Amino acid sequence: MKLKLNAISKSFGPVKANSNINLTVDNGEILGLLGENGAGKTTLMNILTGLYKPDSGTILIDNQLKEFQNPREANKSGVGMVHQHFMLVPVFSVTENIILGTEPTTRFNKIDLKTATDKVVKISSEYKLDVDPNALIEKLPVGIQQRVEIIKILLRNAEILIFDEPTAVLTPQEVTEFFEIIKSLKKTGKAIIFITHKLHEVLEICDRINVLRRGKIVGEAFPTKTNNKKLAELMVGRTVKLRTSRRKMEKGKELLKVNNLSILSDKKEPILTNIDLVLHQNEILGIAGVQGNGQTEFIEALTGLRKASTGKIVYFGKECINITPRKIHALGIRHIPEDRQKQGLIGDFSLIENIILNTYYEKDFSNNLKLNWLNAKKEARRIINQYDVRTNSEDISANKLSGGNQQKLLIGREMSRSINLLIASQPTRGVDVGSIEYIHSQIIKARNKGIGVILNSTELEEIIALSDRIIVFYEGKIIAEFPSNSDPKIIGLAMAGVK
Amino acid sequence: MSHYFSNRETFKEIILIPVIATFLAISLGLLLLIFSGSSSEIALKALIALFLGSFGSLSAISETFTAATPLILAALGIAIGFRAGLFNIGAEGQIILGGMAAVIIGFSFHLPFVFHIIFVLLAGALFGAFYAFISGWLKAVTGAHEVITTIMLNLIAYRLLDFFLRISWIQKEGRNDPISKSILETAELPRIFYVLDPNLRVHTGFLIAIIAVLVVYWLIFHTTIGYEFRAVGKNLEASRYGGINPALTIIIAMSSAGLLAGLAGASQIAGILGRATPGFSAGIGFDAIAVALLGRAHPIGVLFAGILFGALIAGGREMQVSADVSLDLITVIQALIIIFIAAPILIQKLFPWIFK
Amino acid sequence: MNNHTTNKMQDVKTKKSTIIGLCLIFLGCMIYLFFGLGVEGQATFRLSRPTDPFALPNLILPAHSFIGASALLIAFFGGRIIIKAPKKYTIFIALSFFLAIAAFLVWATAGKSFSLTGMLQATLVRAVPIALAAMAGIMCERVAVINIGIEGMLLAGAFAGAVFGSIFGNLIGLILAILVGGFFGFILAALVVTFRVDQIIAGVAINIFVLGITSFLTSHLLKSNPELNDAPIFKSIKIPFFSEIPVLGPVLFKQNIFVYFAIFIVIVSTFYLFKTAYGLRARAVGEHPKAAETLGISVIKTRFYHVIMGGMIAGFGGAWFTLGSVGRFDEGMTGGRGFIGLAAMIFGRWHPIGALFAALIFGFADSLQQKLAILRTPIPSEFLAMAPYLVTIIVVAGIVGNAKPPQAIGQAYVKEN
Repeated sequence: MKLKLNAISKSFGPVKANSNINLTVDNGEILGLLGENGAGKTTLMNILTGLYKPDSGTILIDNQLKEFQNPREANKSGVGMVHQHFMLVPVFSVTENIILGTEPTTRFNKIDLKTATDKVVKISSEYKLDVDPNALIEKLPVGIQQRVEIIKILLRNAEILIFDEPTAVLTPQEVTEFFEIIKSLKKTGKAIIFITHKLHEVLEICDRINVLRRGKIVGEAFPTKTNNKKLAELMVGRTVKLRTSRRKMEKGKELLKVNNLSILSDKKEPILTNIDLVLHQNEILGIAGVQGNGQTEFIEALTGLRKASTGKIVYFGKECINITPRKIHALGIRHIPEDRQKQGLIGDFSLIENIILNTYYEKDFSNNLKLNWLNAKKEARRIINQYDVRTNSEDISANKLSGGNQQKLLIGREMSRSINLLIASQPTRGVDVGSIEYIHSQIIKARNKGIGVILNSTELEEIIALSDRIIVFYEGKIIAEFPSNSDPKIIGLAMAGVK
Repeated sequence: MSHYFSNRETFKEIILIPVIATFLAISLGLLLLIFSGSSSEIALKALIALFLGSFGSLSAISETFTAATPLILAALGIAIGFRAGLFNIGAEGQIILGGMAAVIIGFSFHLPFVFHIIFVLLAGALFGAFYAFISGWLKAVTGAHEVITTIMLNLIAYRLLDFFLRISWIQKEGRNDPISKSILETAELPRIFYVLDPNLRVHTGFLIAIIAVLVVYWLIFHTTIGYEFRAVGKNLEASRYGGINPALTIIIAMSSAGLLAGLAGASQIAGILGRATPGFSAGIGFDAIAVALLGRAHPIGVLFAGILFGALIAGGREMQVSADVSLDLITVIQALIIIFIAAPILIQKLFPWIFK
Repeated sequence: MNNHTTNKMQDVKTKKSTIIGLCLIFLGCMIYLFFGLGVEGQATFRLSRPTDPFALPNLILPAHSFIGASALLIAFFGGRIIIKAPKKYTIFIALSFFLAIAAFLVWATAGKSFSLTGMLQATLVRAVPIALAAMAGIMCERVAVINIGIEGMLLAGAFAGAVFGSIFGNLIGLILAILVGGFFGFILAALVVTFRVDQIIAGVAINIFVLGITSFLTSHLLKSNPELNDAPIFKSIKIPFFSEIPVLGPVLFKQNIFVYFAIFIVIVSTFYLFKTAYGLRARAVGEHPKAAETLGISVIKTRFYHVIMGGMIAGFGGAWFTLGSVGRFDEGMTGGRGFIGLAAMIFGRWHPIGALFAALIFGFADSLQQKLAILRTPIPSEFLAMAPYLVTIIVVAGIVGNAKPPQAIGQAYVKEN
């Protein structure tokens, strides 16, 4: 057995992130580690890579007991990890990133760049990981950045390779390429741990699957003997609906029309070019695409957070380009931002203070100057009850809530005032399955009531499950449009830029 | 830095740490005194003087409140800045500008008693606000860090003051050194206990400071403007999402900070000094930073911290007179207080048994 | 890109260049109005002393025509920018500023004589503490620690240099000044890295602390023992042959060790940061500390080392004020140079060589006020003294939007375990 974890436990304060975890991986094996957000997958891997120390339990590699004080020691024992958020310095070159910490040097500690580049080229050709060693990381697409990460751990002679949610940022095509890469790594005898919450991926690529729930291993499965549904139940701990039911509806009158919209970046480079689209009542318009293809900027332009350089945005027949977020809010347009901690909520503010974030100036909560805390408190209580936000008090700060509850609070805030149009960006990112179901049902309910919804998500499954119509963003353009229930494979191709 | 100032603080944060920080800083200051060659008797004498000079008598208390007045006003401004995520180091310059305006209005207009005072204070507040506005505007429009611009504006303010004090219609007649004319009697803030004892220097500026505490409290926690300040300070992105204009909010917050600092300068001129000299700001703007931090950017906290620092200054003067210890020791103690307050983990490590 | 967008972009560009062009034309007019009108005589710039082995003749400029020509040229640049709307006009702006300053100098010198070499020499000397403060800032900010406390570290170095220099002689005084600077670097690192104090608050606290303690010790110790505040200063060292070169010789090769070392530090730190493995690791810590940590680089140690190193450089820069110029310490004698150094660092885009050039600009502004006082211009001396501060504000406001600091700047690194 290459790697054996014995009864690993780890707590952060009162929270048991891992309890009594046993796990093995062999050479030439791909182990899938399946679990929801917050199930303890990342904590476990941080223990294995020496970032955290376990409270109890042991790590055996090649039957030898290991205690890692820091990541360097884990590296030396052949453990390498590709993190979900890449550990790459954007302003460094590929080579600099790869050799960082193990730089070959000449006199005066000067980096021997030639030797370094040669090393990188050697590994990249050996494992067929094509990459330009002199390119700057920030100029590379994420798929290539991932290769850099893999070369980085291979250079350190990693025998146990851990991939944390490696497909989250990739296009379906890049995912296919990535699967080829790990299959070839498997052939060279590496032990591989593949962490994900996507069921079909573990079924496709893994030899064996361990399911993690609330810090415990709750089951083991083999792809040949299990299926989506069984795995999902194991992962969540109860039966789940994999598909949200959605009845067909006739679309109503036109709510939003975007005409020839273009946006330039601060450096005057085009981010979005010539976007045209229409949204109707009773319609969910899904925006699919790999992160960073202009969706974020498009949503920001729609909600008044970013200036468009040319084009028209017409809400309810009224031209509304480059007006303030406040005026857009006044039209009954509600925005669930993609990053709730960065944009949607103020972590240090109480739930009450957060409830009035975009309405504090309205009559209900203030008379021009003086805030009406009493009304704010009532409103907060109402939303907490109605939207099932689990909390002891409306007085605690928002960052004390779990991701799912934060999102429910946010959705409650946006949906509970008069609403004509909903712009939801990554509404279920980092949220537990229970909350996902709830949020999806709320979005569909809104649509059934006659609201138009723009749904921006990088999760293609979510887009397909909810949308009445799907458009795909690629390099700042709308590259294709699909009706609902289209084949994910074809949409995936469009996401990769293939028309 | 806004994570230092939440809305819900524990007893430990509000009371325990500031008290320990103050005692620790005073003890270290006295140790410094001994290390620099003074005998331990002198150190003890200094300590006693520190207490007697601040709270030992009615006149000592009056001195404490007198010294606290400009500190509270300026620190309230800095606290507003902190709440909006701004670090205003420019209170010193704003005090100078406010004080200058107050002096000029104070000696050049002949107005009836109350009106003259109001005019003087208003002029001081407006000039302080204008001076801070420059930094706020630069920050909002160009992103220039307010710490650097306010420091530069402080240095410019010192030179401006030097220049103004040599202009013929400002300089006192018959003097060659830089000193301004004295303000008229109608422009002076009356002493509170004049009837009791005309020598008690505490003046109506102290009452203005207390009113300012209440107004700022209301502003920060009960108005839409205060909500905007705090939202911008805690999370600028989210405030934009919430329909707040962060650039405008930053400018308003910075200008209000300058307004209060300018008021501090004017109250100093109209309350005790009566005229401007090159060093009239006396580092109040810097002490006020410590006061705002010690008071955790909470108006009530600032009030008490201001009184404490007023006591340190009043006591420090007594210390200077009776134990011949330089007033700079107080500056050292203040810096130590800032360090201890800003590093609560340090205090908890030093005194683990208190925090069990 | 479609035509629509291209046109729009063109519009934005033309608008901006029109504004800049108009500003330059206005500047040209102002220069002629204020400096050109009514100026008579010649401005004599001395390039070398008559005693120098290779004496150069004086540079004599007819004031009125020179100023007129400069003003015209600036206006011409402005017009050119408006009409042609070129892609890059930074060079024209720089040239215009150069001409404007030259015109100002000629105006101030008209009918008198002025040592240009002396001015350039003073520029370099005055740039030294600013450049060193900027180097200290770069060392800290490259590992993502903001060091507002540089001013205090300069002051501490100046004080230590004066006192220890008086006791032990200037060399040991200098070494101890460096160590005192390093000590405050350690304190800053301990506060911000270990105790995760807000970096700006910690820096401000250090400034106030050092200002207080040096003033306290000055009044308690130095006033009664003046022999403790009378350090021997470092004399300038002539480098044989090179120092004889006209203009360049006295400016570059007849200076004290502070100037030579400052240049040396700039070169070494450039090599260190951008060519060595340790430099690469330091920058990685500043840009993406977590990435560095996963590769076994200790973020905490790296930050400690570099902040201490920054403190030592600042301590050295502080010693310049006492051991490198006047030999005695006065309260608050650093006069905001630490903060100006931070502006130079930003202006130089966190690169040692860029910061050196920025420091030279500030040094020029600094020496200008000193030298112009001698010429007795009608401008009040207080306003001349403001020049470096105003330049700092302009630089910070004008540049900061475009300059990119290390990514992780200002954030405490929390090592989880």
